[in-house]
Amino acid sequence: MTATLPIRGAGDRLSGLFWRRPGVLLALLIAPPLLWLGVVYLGSLAALLMQSFYSIDEFSGVVVEEFTTKTYAELLRPSNFDIIIRTLLMSAAVTLGAAIIAFPIAYFAARYARGRWKAVFYLGILLPLWSSYLVKVYAWKLILAKEGILTWAAEGIGAGFVLDAVLSLPGIGGNSLSTSFIGTWLVFLYVWLPYMILPMQASLERVPLSMLEASADLGATPAQTFRSVILPLAMPGVIAGSIFTFSLTMGDYIIPQIIGTSARFVGQAVYQLQGTAGNLPLAAAFAVVPIVIMLVYLTLAKRAGAFDAL
Amino acid sequence: MRSDRAPIGLTLAAIAGLLFLHLPILLIFLYAFTTEERTYQFPPPGLTLKWFEVAWNRPDIWPPLYLSLKVAAVSTALALILGTLCAAAMARARFFGRDQLSLLIILPIALPGIITGMSLRSAFSVMDIPFSTFTIILGHATFCIVIVFNNAVARFRRLSGGILEASADLGANGFQTFRHVILPNLGSALLAGGMLAFALSFDEVIVTTFTAGQQSTLPIWMLNELVRPRQRPVTNVVAIVVFVTTFIPILIAYYLTRGGSDTAGAGK
Repeated sequence: MTATLPIRGAGDRLSGLFWRRPGVLLALLIAPPLLWLGVVYLGSLAALLMQSFYSIDEFSGVVVEEFTTKTYAELLRPSNFDIIIRTLLMSAAVTLGAAIIAFPIAYFAARYARGRWKAVFYLGILLPLWSSYLVKVYAWKLILAKEGILTWAAEGIGAGFVLDAVLSLPGIGGNSLSTSFIGTWLVFLYVWLPYMILPMQASLERVPLSMLEASADLGATPAQTFRSVILPLAMPGVIAGSIFTFSLTMGDYIIPQIIGTSARFVGQAVYQLQGTAGNLPLAAAFAVVPIVIMLVYLTLAKRAGAFDAL
Repeated sequence: MRSDRAPIGLTLAAIAGLLFLHLPILLIFLYAFTTEERTYQFPPPGLTLKWFEVAWNRPDIWPPLYLSLKVAAVSTALALILGTLCAAAMARARFFGRDQLSLLIILPIALPGIITGMSLRSAFSVMDIPFSTFTIILGHATFCIVIVFNNAVARFRRLSGGILEASADLGANGFQTFRHVILPNLGSALLAGGMLAFALSFDEVIVTTFTAGQQSTLPIWMLNELVRPRQRPVTNVVAIVVFVTTFIPILIAYYLTRGGSDTAGAGK
């Protein structure tokens, strides 16, 4: 008994082929995106790596296309190495600050927010994440300006001296908040905070209520429960969030350019070297630094089990 | 039960945190109406509507706006095609290199934008490709793929295999099934992904500064104004335009995908 239907055209023929050989369909589906990402993205990364092993002729300013590690050696010069250290410290400070501020929001959203409030929190975290990056940075320029709202508010409540005291702190203070490291830190913190909240919330949502009850039944104070039950269970989420905050801070060049001192960060060095300075090899070598740091960071994070929380 | 009510301190900290995330944006709106054009004086000495008119008549704003819209539209279209293809292949099939491929899709947004930007810049330099609208699109489409992919793959996974079999049993070939069964089911997820990709591209500045050369998109125009301001409130007017142009698609995307367990925005 034959139950085959008549073939009505090319569409049927192809469908038949795809049915008999699913691999063909899969290959056809995957080829265009794979080609795009492989050629455009991986190709570019390879070009970056290649460029970083070139060097620049100091007299003519022309890129010498020969393999050398001279450019990488230049990263170790004190003025360049300072940039890397400064960037690392800032990334660490931003990550720490974000973890502390994110926790109450994530914990409340994961544990207590129900129904309508759940949606409010969800949207309230997601909208700032997605809204325009430049607009957010610009808003902070308005806030931190010497004549801006923060100074006005501090003086209004008679706390002007606190602001002055903060600004006179050596090293991180400055003329106004918009020209100090504190200002840079605040803006980084603001812009990347949602990236910390979301994975944190995801991991906190998985903490079983029964464990908290058990902890209380066994006589733990809320502080003890927090320290020995909640925090360890939330740690993968914290680490996952820290991957974002750390990596994003390290690669940013716009925030320190608009709010902060004249001291440069890695991103700014890359941008200036490839642009006005025309030193593509050194710019590329600088760009490889965050990649290497993030690879190390990711390896450590993977060992800590952070990827289960993503 | 004890756990039903949050401690008052936690509630206050959580609400303060949410306010911290939202209040700064409001200032952008306020400063668009200020009469003070040189400093960021607070409170504004007076309010005026004239900056909207000034912005409308500034000839240097329109070309960047058109360029941004064009780049965002083309990049979104490319990302929709490539992201959907990827999602279709990855949703069900298991094949060699699948994990590596999913890493490759996420990489352009997982690595800081400056690396994507600098990589493309190096590639253009090595291959002697001059900067053009095309080079901007190349970068934008690359990081938009993952946005579409995330939305599409979540929907593909929820799509029951049964209806595809039913379609085949009723005599539809693969293309008819795609047209009449898969596409209508995928529609809102693709629309949401497209909206988000558009918003992301319209607003992107870090990668763009490396791939644009002398061209100016609206965010690049804004960046220049931030570094060397003239008529500061005009920048606020443009900031509002950028904010609204990205905000509305994001809200739409949220409402399109809110029913599902996988949500549109998670993992920008």
